[in-house]
Amino acid sequence: MTDLYQKQRAMRAMRKAAMQRGVIAVLDVGTTKISCLILRFDGVNLNDEGEGVGSISGHSGFSVIGSATTASRGVGFGEVLSMRESERAIRTALQSAQKLANIRVDHVIACFSGGKPRSYGLAGETTVQNQVVAEQDIARVLSACDVPDYGDGREVLHAQPVNFALDDRSGLADPRGQLGERISTDVHMLTVDEKVIRDLAHCVKRCDLELAGVASSSYASAVSSLVEDEQELGAACIDIGGGSTGVSVFLKKHMIYCDSVRLGGEHITRDVSMGLQVPIASAERIKTINGGLLATGMDDRDMIEVLGETGDWEHDRRLVSRTELIGIMRPRVEEILEEVRSHLDAAGFEHLPSQQIVLTGGSSLIPGLDGLASRILGQQVRLGRPLRIHRLPQAYSGPTCSSIVGLSLFAAHPQDEWWDFEMQSEGYPTRSLKRAVRWFKENW
Amino acid sequence: MSQINPDRYTRSDPAPSLWSYRLLRLMLSPYLRRTVFYGIPALFLVGVGVINITNEQRREQVLTTYSEMKTFVTERPEFTVNLMSLKGASDSVMQDIREVVPIDFPISKFDLDLDQMRQIILGLGPVKDVDVRVRSSGVLQVDVVERLPAFLWRRDDGLEVLDATGIYVRTVTSRLQYGNLPLIAGEGADTQVAQAKQIFVAAKPLKERLRGLVFIGERRWDVVLDKGQRLMLPEEDPVLALERVIAMDQAEDLLTRSVKAVDFRLQNRPTLQLRGGAMEAFREIKLMQLGQIK
Repeated sequence: MTDLYQKQRAMRAMRKAAMQRGVIAVLDVGTTKISCLILRFDGVNLNDEGEGVGSISGHSGFSVIGSATTASRGVGFGEVLSMRESERAIRTALQSAQKLANIRVDHVIACFSGGKPRSYGLAGETTVQNQVVAEQDIARVLSACDVPDYGDGREVLHAQPVNFALDDRSGLADPRGQLGERISTDVHMLTVDEKVIRDLAHCVKRCDLELAGVASSSYASAVSSLVEDEQELGAACIDIGGGSTGVSVFLKKHMIYCDSVRLGGEHITRDVSMGLQVPIASAERIKTINGGLLATGMDDRDMIEVLGETGDWEHDRRLVSRTELIGIMRPRVEEILEEVRSHLDAAGFEHLPSQQIVLTGGSSLIPGLDGLASRILGQQVRLGRPLRIHRLPQAYSGPTCSSIVGLSLFAAHPQDEWWDFEMQSEGYPTRSLKRAVRWFKENW
Repeated sequence: MSQINPDRYTRSDPAPSLWSYRLLRLMLSPYLRRTVFYGIPALFLVGVGVINITNEQRREQVLTTYSEMKTFVTERPEFTVNLMSLKGASDSVMQDIREVVPIDFPISKFDLDLDQMRQIILGLGPVKDVDVRVRSSGVLQVDVVERLPAFLWRRDDGLEVLDATGIYVRTVTSRLQYGNLPLIAGEGADTQVAQAKQIFVAAKPLKERLRGLVFIGERRWDVVLDKGQRLMLPEEDPVLALERVIAMDQAEDLLTRSVKAVDFRLQNRPTLQLRGGAMEAFREIKLMQLGQIK
């Protein structure tokens, strides 16, 4: 635990250094595309650690100066499968973004969707030392949390205190400065496979950059595509990406549950490819141009030309009705949504005060998805797209880029995590040093 | 039948090589970029300059090349001036100008200092204004406005011609050269030529007898007539005083009598100065009228 704590603190220090330089890159390693934005912080609104939300929800203060997207290779289910391939793809994105920004970047914050994320709810309780809750009390109560055994080869990605309770008052967002005797907290901890983070860190390091933070992409896309009310009252963000579908549940502006379904748009493409017997590339094209989920009578007459590559003219020049295509796509999308439904049920989503569901990610562009999703997930479904950030290129304003935009917001205003608080050191040496200093002061 | 192209979906790798990526990042670092794009070229230019300056032979070569290029441009026929055209000057002034501004034609336009030439020509007395310019087709055009002679001023060391504003035009040896000009004399007379002119206009009835004006004590005028007669005018309103004298003359033939001078310096008390012997003659006449003689 201390090892992880030190690692995360080192990344936070790196992020601080990048802020001082004013330039940081954010990198989204997805299954279909790797995109990179370069952000410049102009120093506005960065230092206000005050109450509430800053100007325009804290989205000001930085602007995008470079951006690049490349097709990703060697990545599957949001995890690095082939180091060399994905390293080259990451390098392509980073180089073209740096070239466009005409600036050299040394720090990068990355996000990924894979690694089998698993959520844990932690609780801790301790007494307040001096009646008034201070920063150390929060650190102490955080370290008093009983950490479950999350298994070997797992790593903590996020550990955010979501709730504080002081004596019998619960639901405090920030208890610092309040009076009380016993303080208890609830922490949401997210673990992923250690190997995934290690591979990603290695790829970034091979590009001569320092990793200044990692985030789960389902968290990042929820940050950008859920509006403030939804985050406050309870909502789930479903990020249907290429290789995996991220599910994250927000309440009181904190993520309380995160999971991913290892199914995505690529599986739909593969189904189309198999069903129509066309190459993957053609299937992708047919899916994006003609795809749909709700068949109507018109679709029976809407014939799609299928372009095969087999060399058999009769086979390559077939016509397929759009209904057939919908018939192939729909079961897979239903499967994905059913899977999401089961995850949400397991998380107890129906107990939240508001049950808004926001669909985002590249596969949410399939026409008719909201209609299908409302049948499976509940009535309150909408399609989400990322909020605007300053100087974001138009091409990045669609739902395909909600996780990279969310990651930019995360880079600018990260939520407090466990490692943002000084851990109480129980080691002997510092205490004796303090005692020596005190003795020195008193006697001289 | 379309052939199967196996390369169709395996496009060439767009990824940069590790070294080209590192080079790009190196070139994006600000100090290195500034050094490469500004520092090294500046150093190169300075180095070339230093090498050329320190080597004697090269320096001379550079200077020769420079002067050759310069003469090549300045001696183009488009820039040569072949003759001078003088306008508005009398012959003597023309000669003077040619003397003070000697130019060997043909000469390059760039070697002529027109401002300086103008100042030199303006330094000549008879020249009131001059305009010097190079016309197209290589002609140096000099337009002169001459001063008009208005007065002759007799001084101790000779005769000078002044224009209507009292500015020196030229020196002459004899009055006959400008016989029709009114004559003035006296120290400082050139400063009061305007008043002198008014007096000359007022003295038109005495034109036959008028010799000239004398400026006395640098403050007032004397009108000198023939036969040694003199009209002494006051400092203030000399024209009025002169008109009174003329009126008296026309009424009583004052000036044909044996009067040496009419003194009008005090307006309230004009005085006559008679010639020698006139007073005695006057007294005899009076006695004769009274019958006392005999």
